[in-house]
Amino acid sequence: MSSIGSAAAATRTFKVWRGERGTGEFKSFTAEISPGMVVLDAIHQIQATQAPDLACRWNCKAGKCGSCSAEVNGKPRLMCLTRMESLPDGDVTVTPMKSFPSIKDLVTDVSWNYEQNKKITPFTPAKRGAAGVAADGTFRMQQVDVERSQEFRKCIECFLCQDTCHVIRDHDKKEVFSGPRFFVRAASLEMHPVDTADREPFLKHTGGIGFCNITKCCTEVCPEHIKITDNAIIPLKERVADRYYDPVVMLWRWMFKKKG
Amino acid sequence: MNQLSSPVAAPQGSGFGATLRTDQWWLGPLATGSLLLAFLIYSTIAAFIGGNYWVPGTNYLSPFYSPELWGTSPHAIFGIAPSWWPTGILPFSAALLILGGPAGFRLTCYYYRKAYYRSLWFDPVACAVGEPRKSYWGENSLPLILWNLHRYFLYLAIIFVFVLLYDGILAHFFPVNADGSAFANYHFLANGQPNPAFNAGGPLEPHHHVFGMSLVSLTLLINPLLIAGYTFGCHSLRHLVGGKKDCFSCGNPVRFKAWSFVSFLNRNHAVWAMASLVMVGFADIYVRLVAMGIWPQVRFF
Ligand code: SF4
Ligand code: SF4
Ligand code: FES
Repeated sequence: MSSIGSAAAATRTFKVWRGERGTGEFKSFTAEISPGMVVLDAIHQIQATQAPDLACRWNCKAGKCGSCSAEVNGKPRLMCLTRMESLPDGDVTVTPMKSFPSIKDLVTDVSWNYEQNKKITPFTPAKRGAAGVAADGTFRMQQVDVERSQEFRKCIECFLCQDTCHVIRDHDKKEVFSGPRFFVRAASLEMHPVDTADREPFLKHTGGIGFCNITKCCTEVCPEHIKITDNAIIPLKERVADRYYDPVVMLWRWMFKKKG
Repeated sequence: MNQLSSPVAAPQGSGFGATLRTDQWWLGPLATGSLLLAFLIYSTIAAFIGGNYWVPGTNYLSPFYSPELWGTSPHAIFGIAPSWWPTGILPFSAALLILGGPAGFRLTCYYYRKAYYRSLWFDPVACAVGEPRKSYWGENSLPLILWNLHRYFLYLAIIFVFVLLYDGILAHFFPVNADGSAFANYHFLANGQPNPAFNAGGPLEPHHHVFGMSLVSLTLLINPLLIAGYTFGCHSLRHLVGGKKDCFSCGNPVRFKAWSFVSFLNRNHAVWAMASLVMVGFADIYVRLVAMGIWPQVRFF
């Protein structure tokens, strides 16, 4: 850290994981660090000068495409948003996301996530002419209602939350748990004023929201600073509790035939 | 890639504590875990002691013992001890009757769940750090599935906020005799033993109360305010007052206001939770030490 900002040619050693399909090893590279540099810059420099076949995904270099997810010094992060100044002195390790199958070097196969996405009923607006929806199918939303789902819409699908979530990372519950990113998506739809679909059964059964133990690692790593646990998961857990666990609410709904 | 040496499944390794993190990830869970354990041990001991939870000559009452349904202090609502209490097996303590409410609230609280799953159960101990156990059921089966009923403890906890607030206000009124001296004619001493100086012929009630303030009375007033900040930031309350609605602008302005207020407190729920935990523990310690004559109450007026 101290060397940054002083004269030119500060160098850092990068230990980059290289390998294919689950096997590999750390390779050491040296990169020249200049002020303002991010880890992705260093990886590009290594590609350009020492390892042309080093595989990594990237696109925008602005933290908006969600491609460059990796683990820097053991922490799941976007390489393009990880400034060198923010890292302590010493070697920098760069590894692929742990929770997804490795393809090559820093590139992993994240297709499991797209499978989860398909399980979520898409936006289903109320019929034309129904409350809140005009005859031509348009609807107006007030700012207070927009704000709630706007937070969730910031998601760039970097899948860092999925990578960090211990239910996936340590317990490999991919068969029964969809993960924080998809609770965020479900929340953005469930809390939409004119949406009519019911995703609570999905959340309880297929999505496995009960496996989440609200330990907030997803929130800790989200580069969009979405309050995943507080604003998406816990409110959804409360809705699931209303529907499936709270005897008083269940009785009330049964008596007055109110659905979800 | 056949020239690769020493193949391993994942560079991060596996097993408890396995990580490539270089920061002091263990510091947070260590601090949280120590605090939780310390509180757990202290509050258990304090709850079983059954004495020195009030201070004669004042209206100080330890928050662990409030509301005091039965007990030896003048705050007891129903008398000295319930007849059904198995005194032979377990000496009576007023705290044991009521502590389940606040304890259950904190045990099932979304913040504390995170805190103890991480720091005491290591599930996970920190983000991207390996866990000790392979098996995992989450909050999907017994017993943790019951935590879904957190809201019922919330209903109880709201009652406690007002009880403790009442105690905090009452602590500022000091019982005195007609001549202004501190009222002392109690049946029992603070430690629960009969008061040898009790005078059945003398006044059994204080003549009146005078307004006053001390470090203890302030502690007992700040304590419920912190507890209120914690309780009214509860995630279940946030859902109940408005979060369950999909539309805030559809004729729910009051709900939206309430939801915004709870959301505001909820943003720092962890801070409120820990601050109120430390404070409620300190309030009991302070009352206890004053009752035992070890610490001064520091009366301002
Ligand atoms: S809060 Fe839940 S979803 Fe998020 S990382 Fe923790 S267990 Fe996973
Ligand atoms: S919720 Fe955050 S961490 Fe998860 S995929 Fe979206 S942007 Fe990435
Ligand atoms: S390159 Fe687009 S998020 Fe990093």
